[in-house]
Amino acid sequence: MGEDSESPKINHSFLRDYVTEADVISTVEFNQTGDLLATGDKGGRVVIFQRETESKGESEELGESGEYNVYSTFQSHEPDFDYLKSLEIEEKINKIRWLPQQNAAHFLLSTNDKTIKLWKVSERDKRPEGYNLKDEEGRIKDISTVTSLRVPVLKPTDLMVEVRPRRIFANGHTYHVNSISVNSDGETYLSADDLRINMWHLDITDRSFNIVDIKPANMEDLTEVITAAEFHPHHCQLFVYSSSKGTLRLCDMRESALCDKHSKIFEEPEDPGNRSFFSEIISSVSDVKFSHSGRYLLTRDYLTVKVWDLNMEKGPVETYQVHEYLRSKLCSLYENDCIFDKFECVWNSTDSVIMTGAYNSFFRMFDRETGRGVTLEAWRENSKPRAVLRTRRVYTGGRRRRGDVGVDSLDFTKKILHMAWHPAENIIAIAATNNLYIFQDRVNAENQ
Amino acid sequence: MQDPAPIGLSLPQLAASRCNLCWRGRRSSSFTIKPGLQTLMTLAIKEHEQHERLEKLKTLFGLPVNKAKLTSQRTRLKNQNGFHLCRLGREVYTFVSTSRMSGSLLNMFSKGTKRKFSDGDEEISDESLVGARVASSYSLQRQSLLDMSLIKLQLCHMLVEPNLCRSVLIANTVRQIQEEMTHDGSWHMVAEAFCSAGQSPSERLVATEVLCRSREQDAEPKLFSVISYEGCREEEVVADETLCSVSVSDTVSNVCLAGRIGQCWEKSELSGVERDEEALEDSRLGSGEDEEIDTKDRASTESPKTIGQVFGTFEIKNGSPGPDSALEELFSDVDTSYYDLDTMLTGMQSAPKMGPYDILDSLAPSHSSPSIVSTPNCRSDLNELDHIMEIIVGS
Repeated sequence: MGEDSESPKINHSFLRDYVTEADVISTVEFNQTGDLLATGDKGGRVVIFQRETESKGESEELGESGEYNVYSTFQSHEPDFDYLKSLEIEEKINKIRWLPQQNAAHFLLSTNDKTIKLWKVSERDKRPEGYNLKDEEGRIKDISTVTSLRVPVLKPTDLMVEVRPRRIFANGHTYHVNSISVNSDGETYLSADDLRINMWHLDITDRSFNIVDIKPANMEDLTEVITAAEFHPHHCQLFVYSSSKGTLRLCDMRESALCDKHSKIFEEPEDPGNRSFFSEIISSVSDVKFSHSGRYLLTRDYLTVKVWDLNMEKGPVETYQVHEYLRSKLCSLYENDCIFDKFECVWNSTDSVIMTGAYNSFFRMFDRETGRGVTLEAWRENSKPRAVLRTRRVYTGGRRRRGDVGVDSLDFTKKILHMAWHPAENIIAIAATNNLYIFQDRVNAENQ
Repeated sequence: MQDPAPIGLSLPQLAASRCNLCWRGRRSSSFTIKPGLQTLMTLAIKEHEQHERLEKLKTLFGLPVNKAKLTSQRTRLKNQNGFHLCRLGREVYTFVSTSRMSGSLLNMFSKGTKRKFSDGDEEISDESLVGARVASSYSLQRQSLLDMSLIKLQLCHMLVEPNLCRSVLIANTVRQIQEEMTHDGSWHMVAEAFCSAGQSPSERLVATEVLCRSREQDAEPKLFSVISYEGCREEEVVADETLCSVSVSDTVSNVCLAGRIGQCWEKSELSGVERDEEALEDSRLGSGEDEEIDTKDRASTESPKTIGQVFGTFEIKNGSPGPDSALEELFSDVDTSYYDLDTMLTGMQSAPKMGPYDILDSLAPSHSSPSIVSTPNCRSDLNELDHIMEIIVGS
């Protein structure tokens, strides 16, 4: 543009780093086979990725194939307004859970703060052609031009992915829904908000069953909220929910209709040496996951991940420090609200490795057999496609190595809150603000 | 000399956190709360848009407007050492001088604390410093944490419902701090300052009783009425009452703590006495504004048949539309919880100590009523602010 030749050059590099709030990924979930990966964002959209299956060569290794490409995108939730309370309802997708596949279509549940929706994702790659009464564009033919009859045939067309809402489970929650979990019976699922847990039947949208209610009669007595809930992977009557005080409660629905009274409560006694004003806040459990075996529970609080044995209630069997170096910074983290960040945690397929996120785009993996942890980084500038991730370290004293990051130079705005692990292979999906990173562990894939 | 109860005598959270805001005309060991200041502190705690409102108010009243900007929230909090009001053994310290009252309320804090430090140095020079300093640094930290927590509870997004988990955790932290302060006597000193002795526990009981009674009068418990935790203003109230409700020792659980502050938000459930208060509240705040007014406002009525018994009742928003006026608009967002708290608390005051600044003292005619659920007169509040502004600007 000649007219602009004299105008000063404008530095647009900041635009590259600008992230629209609506694009921030808020949940990631693999389906049961791992072929589909769904992500939800703050703008209420769901993007589904599908793993490409390449044709296998002779020396093909299992797991070698498969990049994830966009399969479908749809707007799941819209911003809403609660007229009774004069408050906006965010369209941010809090959780996505896939249903076990029963036919050619895929079903997933997505939820925002108030409403859960069941979506049917189906493919269409054929269409009928050769109608007698309609022409190819769909216009009605003039009867007089029809001279012979033919039978319409199905012809293959370009693949089309249709996503339709099949059920809308609305008005079930007064408080913000933080978890949904599909039951192993395949018919019901639970949804948990801050004070209540409801159980729904997938086919019934106008009724749900309240199974936990911890709302006190007097709201001023409220000191504890529900932070996460999950059904047991095998026993359809068991579920667990975690609280902001760091307790886990396992409930058996056979005991009573309202499971306010827990069957088991998992609580670790507080360490008096580490007591501070922030003890309660950092003990709040942000995520709870059953192991695939159903024997263990994985919980994430602010500074640690813990593995609990369902048979032992008095304390976790394993505790891993995620970022202990933040313990001295709790006051600043409280000031900037980072102490309230809710990190997720995941198991690998064999329950031998656990993973969780941290700050500065770091995420941590712990090998349960050796007890060792490793820090990795999800940051595009430092990783090229197919490059091996190098481990990172936060410098906390001792000899400082090259590449170590000081605690004070951690970027607390780059937090890895959401992640998912492939149910069968060592493929992980990490959500870092508006980017989705998919990493694959090739070494292990070769050893399988 | 007439001694009307000062306003906002120990908004407990304010009391604890600001630790006896007071004017100090002369060095004395007694201290008083200046209602005007308290009210202004209330405003100061809000986001600085409230400052804009104050400016607007001044313009409305034809008073000269102070262009000074409030220091940002962040800087204030970062300036931790300057922010909290140190109590190095002294309960009295100058906070701010009259001439700087107008406008930048947050600047008041920093000015106050600067003066505090200088005063503190002079005054403790003859005391044993080491032990006092160690202990006081812990109490400094604790104080600043309390301040921060209270601000967090109060500053919340108006449009979207705040995160309940976060609010609960912060409220628990505040409660914990307050418990600790109660136990080591700091709270006691704070409380003692403002309150006449002895009446607290019973007052507290009364308040609770009133609450309970009013609750029973409701048609049924509003399952969805998140009285304390929905909406930021309710959170503020929660902070108040949690501070209040946790008071341990009888002597300590004074009026500051008593007077069911939280209940001022449940006043809608209190029949009778509160009706006019509600009406004023509604009219002042405008309809369609505060959900907490609505939640408490009328008893829950219908059970939605479609949803079934599981979900209980929904609240019906029955806020009466307020009269239109520029002033209404101005005050529409102003959280009145502090005013209410003040009224309720000071309503229980018998003989508050008054200081030299009687003009401010005389500002609160409504607070002379001894009833716990004294109705803050809307007009008196406005007059109050009017007077305050006049004094501030020295017009």
